[in-house]
Amino acid sequence: MPKYLLLKHYRGAPTAVNDVPMDQWTPEEISDHVQYMHDFAARLEETGEFVDGQALAPGGTFVRYDGEGRPPVTDGPFAETKDLIAGWMVIDVDSYERAVELAGELSAAPGAGGKPIHEWLELRPFLAAPPTITE
Amino acid sequence: MDEILLRSLTPSVLGILVRRGADFAAAEDAVQDALVEAVRVWPADPPRDPKGWLVTVAWRRFLDATRADSARRRREDLVGEEPERGPAPAVDDTLQLYFLCAHPSLTPSSAVALTLRAVGGLTTRQIARAYLVPEATMAQRISRAKRTVSGVQFDRTGDVATVLRVLYLVFNEGYSGDVDLAAEAIRLTRQLAATIDHPEVAGLLALMLLHHARRATRTAADGSLVPLAEQERGRWDTGAIAEGVRILQAALARDRLGEFQAQAAIAALHADAPTAEETDWVQIVEWYDELVRLTDSPVVRLNRAVAVGEADGPRAGLAALAALDESLPRHTAVAAYLHERDGDLATAARLYVEAARKAPNLAERDHLTRQAARLNARGRR
Repeated sequence: MPKYLLLKHYRGAPTAVNDVPMDQWTPEEISDHVQYMHDFAARLEETGEFVDGQALAPGGTFVRYDGEGRPPVTDGPFAETKDLIAGWMVIDVDSYERAVELAGELSAAPGAGGKPIHEWLELRPFLAAPPTITE
Repeated sequence: MDEILLRSLTPSVLGILVRRGADFAAAEDAVQDALVEAVRVWPADPPRDPKGWLVTVAWRRFLDATRADSARRRREDLVGEEPERGPAPAVDDTLQLYFLCAHPSLTPSSAVALTLRAVGGLTTRQIARAYLVPEATMAQRISRAKRTVSGVQFDRTGDVATVLRVLYLVFNEGYSGDVDLAAEAIRLTRQLAATIDHPEVAGLLALMLLHHARRATRTAADGSLVPLAEQERGRWDTGAIAEGVRILQAALARDRLGEFQAQAAIAALHADAPTAEETDWVQIVEWYDELVRLTDSPVVRLNRAVAVGEADGPRAGLAALAALDESLPRHTAVAAYLHERDGDLATAARLYVEAARKAPNLAERDHLTRQAARLNARGRR
């Protein structure tokens, strides 16, 4: 039973046919869209095909192991035509700093010759549930 | 089998074991064993004194486990040498347990997990589900936390503020999984308030009750956010509001103001208004001034700008906002709202889009996108 990650892109994917930014829709159209996605997920839950779904914030960060000390953080080596995601890991930490630290460690995973790969890892926060207090 | 009764007895039983000299982690295991035994035995043979029963069984389990250990002689001597302590007042033990679970050496997430487990009596599985992490991860987090505090002196009183912060964190997680964390936080804070006489404990309890009272009206049936002004006030829980206000007034009368009391006062003013238009914004601004004085938090200043916008008009709100760092969370959303109130719909729409992009959760993002869509749709007509 293979699992697939369905990635919804903010950019980098080919343009949609009905390409209108969401803020140019009517509020009802937004509600219908959200409802459609809820229904879709609910349907897949019933067929036993739903694993997990999370919305991601649009902004991400690239982190790399660069020897001892604080790992460098940039906006990223921009992918020119395609985004390619090889795998993902979800972590649950206390702070952004801790997440950067862990990403830096993961980037130091050994590769050829047993040396750290120094690969760029993208760090993307999950959108959380709304807090109990917002007002 | 009354799960709530068992959960409420857990902390004092655990506290008594630790006071008698049991190591925290071993005591915790023994209490969990006793709870399992209670679930098995009580339905057919209910004890007259549930707590006494649990203490006896847990202590026996602890001794069994200790005897089974290779270092049994040394530990038995240790226990044997302990002076007979007798049944210490349960309230003290529970209180110390709160302090232990919120110990400053723990990270916030560990403190929250340990509090829910040791004081709240929740299972590891329940806590893991509530925080959307695998059970194994949560089990590790809890046992690491137990190790961290295992050497901590049990009879030193800790800092109430750290305990309150942990309970506030639990409350803010709201609802996911089969445990209602907001309700659990209220239960624990209530228990704490019964144990310790401190106006900020009362302030936090009042704050939680006042917010909880509005919870059912904060989201629509489809999960979208309903702003305070549009909430159906008739569905607010008037019992919880009355209790919150009563607790808050008693706390304020003691004249030792703290941030939770001030926040509760603001929540009370909102709960008190029969309609959104009748909200006493002038008094709310005064409470925000107190909060700024107490916390000097930029987030509080941001909320204050919203209140100023309501009390003195959107221009005054925008002026207050201009003094604040634009990178603050929700700064853009507040700016959008104030511009809309000021009649500048084009700027408001643009800012709502920008705010949606920065929103920290899905419900807020959809809400802000809808606001932008509403203004843009109006502009096209």
